[in-house]
Amino acid sequence: MNPRAENRGAAIDLAKVSKAYGNFKALDGVSLRIEPGEFMTLLGPSGSGKTTTLNVIAGFTDVTSGSLLVGEKSVVGVPAHKRNIGVVFQHYALFPHMTVGRNVAYPLALRGIAGAERERRVRQALDMVKMADFSHRFPSELSGGQQQRVALARAIVFDPPLLLMDEPLGALDKKLREWLQLEIKRIHRELGTTFVYVTHDQEEALVLSDRIAVFNRGGIEQIGTGRELYDEPATLFVGKFIGDSTVLRGDAATSGGETAIEISGQKVVTARRLANGGRPVMLLRPEKLALARRGAADEGRNRLAGRIGEAIYLGSGSKYEVDLADGSKAIVRSTLEAQSFAIGDEVDLLFSGSDVKLLADDDQADLTLT
Amino acid sequence: MSALDPTTPSAPKWAGRAWRPFALTLPALLLLAAVIGYPLLTIVLRSLSEPQWGAQNYVWFFGTPVNLTVLQRTFVISAWVTLVCIICAYPYAYLMTAVGPRVRLALVLCVLIPFWVSGVVRTLSWVILLQDSGVINSLLRSAGFDGVRLIRTQTGVVIGMAQVLLPFMILPLYSVMKGIDLRLMRAAQSLGARPSRAFFTIYLPLSLPGVYAGAIIVFILALGFYITPALLGGPRSTMLSTLVQTQVLSLLQWGRGGAMGVVLLVATFVLLALAAPVMRSRYREAGRR
Repeated sequence: MNPRAENRGAAIDLAKVSKAYGNFKALDGVSLRIEPGEFMTLLGPSGSGKTTTLNVIAGFTDVTSGSLLVGEKSVVGVPAHKRNIGVVFQHYALFPHMTVGRNVAYPLALRGIAGAERERRVRQALDMVKMADFSHRFPSELSGGQQQRVALARAIVFDPPLLLMDEPLGALDKKLREWLQLEIKRIHRELGTTFVYVTHDQEEALVLSDRIAVFNRGGIEQIGTGRELYDEPATLFVGKFIGDSTVLRGDAATSGGETAIEISGQKVVTARRLANGGRPVMLLRPEKLALARRGAADEGRNRLAGRIGEAIYLGSGSKYEVDLADGSKAIVRSTLEAQSFAIGDEVDLLFSGSDVKLLADDDQADLTLT
Repeated sequence: MSALDPTTPSAPKWAGRAWRPFALTLPALLLLAAVIGYPLLTIVLRSLSEPQWGAQNYVWFFGTPVNLTVLQRTFVISAWVTLVCIICAYPYAYLMTAVGPRVRLALVLCVLIPFWVSGVVRTLSWVILLQDSGVINSLLRSAGFDGVRLIRTQTGVVIGMAQVLLPFMILPLYSVMKGIDLRLMRAAQSLGARPSRAFFTIYLPLSLPGVYAGAIIVFILALGFYITPALLGGPRSTMLSTLVQTQVLSLLQWGRGGAMGVVLLVATFVLLALAAPVMRSRYREAGRR
């Protein structure tokens, strides 16, 4: 497709958007600014409000309060069919009584575009998703991945300034999903449209997005790039939702520039301070942890005793679950071929104090239970 | 069995006896042959053999204008009944797909209860409602309107028959409509279709198989209706089944009655054959290829 004007996408501005169903608040004061042409992913567990936010932007759901601007114009109260926003659904939602070509032509027909121009644009959209040869097929004759590509073509054929995608790859198998993720990235690059993508899959969010908004319980926990969310999670929920993490709890004492936490009799020292002075938890990323056989000398690092509870070979390395004395679990990723441990091995967990994130304890964040 | 078919040693035991499942349909087939096949054959034979062999009964049928008028009227009334049923059943069936399970049960019961009441009783209750001094006319008069003539008119027959046949339209419509993914309507709206446009371009075409199925059932049942037109209708709304009854039971003209039945049967087949290409849903066809 021809290189289109940069930043032809619409900006989206949600300010203090709330949506209540009776006493249940599906959205509780959500504020989110999405830049023109940005790929923004709304990430969160089911029931966190991410799909409600998408439905609010699409016009399928009314807001209870708050303002919503698309392309700097308020769309509160504007029905879905007047918003000119492309939507791709998890369940494809292709019209079963129409061929692929007629499905893609549908939004053009509604806009009074006919004849050669319609043909050309249908062709162009199907080319973009590599489905041009399937124009005369019916949706029932296509695989799930093919159907979703047609649905994507149908959602972009009328050149909407904004494309919403609601877990579009949720029903597909892993290999296909990974390939389509790259296809979606490519299409986003070629179109320059604003994309808003809903998923509960944090890996998918990291692969696709410019920025990610992490949703929890009807609100946004943190907005940032994947790297920001992984390296500097603002809340324990974000830390646990993005990537693997080890969470350690203990009694904390801050003195000088250091915080010391006592975990089952062993003291862990970090270079960080807890800002709000609440009960802190320590969060550690798996690649920041090292394992050593019990008693092996490595001074100057924090050290916690544990036992290998699970050893998983991943090809590119190994992943270990280490049971610590206080009953918590540490997750360690090791790429060292020389170093391998078996279940039951007594080990020491080694890490540097500067790699520890100190976060306010948040009982809601118990993702390990779900 | 492997001895019979050495190329597929893993074929299940019954593979050589594929007729077995069909054997289960045998009782039904025998019953059909006995209660449908045999009488039908008898009627065809008698229409050609009474009082003597030949086509005299068919010559009589097509040579008597009143027969042709009644045949035509039978088809017209049935078409009206079908239309009234579609108009009444469509929103009702849609409502059944849209409500919760409890209300749906109530709606299903409302459809099924008339099935449990004999057709004669139901028709008689229509007589009470529709007659010149009946409920509808009393209400109209007390409201200051002129009474309308409903009983012994074609309108009265259509109303009564449509009520009796309504469930045969609602149930197939419902079974098709409940399979329609309502999320498609949301998709259509996101693509720019206002709700009415989405209905006519998406929902209606997808529900047509149910309309066709219900229409065929209602139309065919209506063609053979006897009691309702006999009780609610007058001489100007006689349907073919009443003529058949007169010929067979009053005049003992089995040949002529048989010929009428055969003509009705053939006419129905011809009509269905003509309608079939329209009703064949193209996307299902394509799916099967």
